[in-house]
Amino acid sequence: MSDAPLLEVRDLTKIFPVRHAGKRKELRALDGVTLDLHRGETLGLVGESGCGKSTLARTLLMLETPDGGSVRFDGVDPTTTRGAELLAFRRRVQMVFQDPFASLNARMSAGDIVSEPWRTHTGLHKTSRERAARVRELLDLVGLRPGDAGKYPQEFSGGQRQRLGIARALALNPDVIVCDEPVSALDLSVQAQVLNLLNDLQQELGVAYLFISHDLSVVRHVADRVVVMYLGRIVEQGETESTFERPQHPYTGALLSAAPSLDHERRREQIILSGEIPSPLNPPSGCRFRTRCWKATDECATALPPLAIDPVDGAHTAECFHPLGAEEQELAAAQVG
Amino acid sequence: MNSALTEKAVALDVDGMSVDIRTPRGVVRAVDKVTFQARRGETLALLGESGCGKSMTATAVVGLLEPVADVTEGAVRITGDGGTTDLRSASARRRRDIAGKELAIVFQDALTALNRVYTVGTQLAEPFRIHRGMSKKAARKEAIELMRRVGIPEPETRVDSYPHQFSGGMRQRLLIAIGVALSPAVLLADEPTTALDVTVQAQIMSLLKDLREERDMAVVLITHDLALVFEQADRVVVMYAGNVVEQGLVEEVFGAPKHPYTAGLLESVPVHAERGAELRSIGGSPPELAAIPAGCVYQDRCPIARDRCREERPAAREVAPGHLSACHFPDEVNR
Repeated sequence: MSDAPLLEVRDLTKIFPVRHAGKRKELRALDGVTLDLHRGETLGLVGESGCGKSTLARTLLMLETPDGGSVRFDGVDPTTTRGAELLAFRRRVQMVFQDPFASLNARMSAGDIVSEPWRTHTGLHKTSRERAARVRELLDLVGLRPGDAGKYPQEFSGGQRQRLGIARALALNPDVIVCDEPVSALDLSVQAQVLNLLNDLQQELGVAYLFISHDLSVVRHVADRVVVMYLGRIVEQGETESTFERPQHPYTGALLSAAPSLDHERRREQIILSGEIPSPLNPPSGCRFRTRCWKATDECATALPPLAIDPVDGAHTAECFHPLGAEEQELAAAQVG
Repeated sequence: MNSALTEKAVALDVDGMSVDIRTPRGVVRAVDKVTFQARRGETLALLGESGCGKSMTATAVVGLLEPVADVTEGAVRITGDGGTTDLRSASARRRRDIAGKELAIVFQDALTALNRVYTVGTQLAEPFRIHRGMSKKAARKEAIELMRRVGIPEPETRVDSYPHQFSGGMRQRLLIAIGVALSPAVLLADEPTTALDVTVQAQIMSLLKDLREERDMAVVLITHDLALVFEQADRVVVMYAGNVVEQGLVEEVFGAPKHPYTAGLLESVPVHAERGAELRSIGGSPPELAAIPAGCVYQDRCPIARDRCREERPAAREVAPGHLSACHFPDEVNR
């Protein structure tokens, strides 16, 4: 891991204009997001539906243009690039989708699916013999049989389809793969196979993952660092163990406490939040979590909370006026042993 | 807690039930001689991966199988306040009579399960109108009370809203409200929180638990989520390829599994202690229903399978009091 991050996101904002009840409104899907992604690391991204995870992923893939802030990839802002330069950026950032059934074209063979990216990125693998050889290599790399190139998606199981999606993402030798819930559609026994594969590929190829998942035990297993989002803002981020062991933000604490886990004690006290995530069309003032927070005070409604740095190892920060104390952290983590 | 559970009355008794599906390529068995019991006041989990037959089992119990599927053998008995009913031999009238009153089901997809052209108040009042013969006004009052009980804010005004005007979590609360309206002896919950975010899932599970205690229901939780079973259920029935492979108290089955499939599942879960390490996964995938092997259903993926497993289907045997495993070699299973 070199010191300069591969991807630097600063104060990123994305606004969608929407019409709500006949009025024009702004939906701030991302509101001042700042994060780094280093070479060869896995950054976990967690948060509930509507928190902006997917918008962040789409913006990093340059499928959305930011309305504020900046993205720098290897020192270059991809939003200022055009043509060949932009294409070269796209080659380096690829995606693995959640649904292995919807994300593969049923009318294309496995070989065609894996080699399709080269039809756009024509600089790679120019001869058909070269392409065929590379397809076999990629299938082998993801644990499929090279002879499977002629099969169609529906002839594969869910886990094998996801391997195919991974092979397609790898076809352009990317530096970053955005994995959007890559195992949540898979059965548990198959999920473990795919997580192992992603891990092996990272060791072998040094690719960085932005790993989006709602499953905290999966994120804890794969991520070096983690980002927790709520209503378009990052409420807490830092090293995974530091963050999950001593969550400072009440939302992170509640997420950890609510998520069922074999690591928890069986009959435990839980932090149960009241209410549900407010509409992003009308987010609360000040701290966005205050309407569901049991620690909220008047202060939380008036200003954005300051960054609280973990006092133990300084390895994660939270945006909160009233970070959790040791007792609450214990309740949130509720680990056995 | 063990003894307290066994003293409770059996509310649901599924006894050697099989479900066959007629397909263009012949009859396939989706559920094969499944046997388990659920007692009042307990949560029993039906655990398994997609296609294992857990939802089919639940659908068969409530009598909502598609026309191509039939219960072909075994018995399903419900014991409520009105005595014991054998559902397979019961008349349509009797079945209608116990629906909602002694047996109810909560589905995963609340928007599909609710009727979108009626207000939620009308739908919540239905059980009271039909089974208790209440007037519209009295049933509406009950509906409002029920909405309050399941934690829907401002029930007096929300009672006239339509399902799409509620969030996913609130809709699930409404479904649960309809399910528990008449305090049934048995409440089946088919993946009730799978579509919900974790903080909302925690709210819903906590509500289900409170209602179970308050109304002394047997809750049958159908799920693929091991951790949810671990935290919520008293006993667990593990299904694989239409068969029950293991059942018993959660702490026993999860603590010392006696079937290689259960052990394999437990090893596939990422646990904190082994962060970043290779996860031990189960190789291969479950068999197609049309091609379930003779002998043990798990033989193709089992690390300890041998000749006997290919020849003879293991029967469920008691490995400890109340702990059953359908494996020829339960003592060789270790994690």
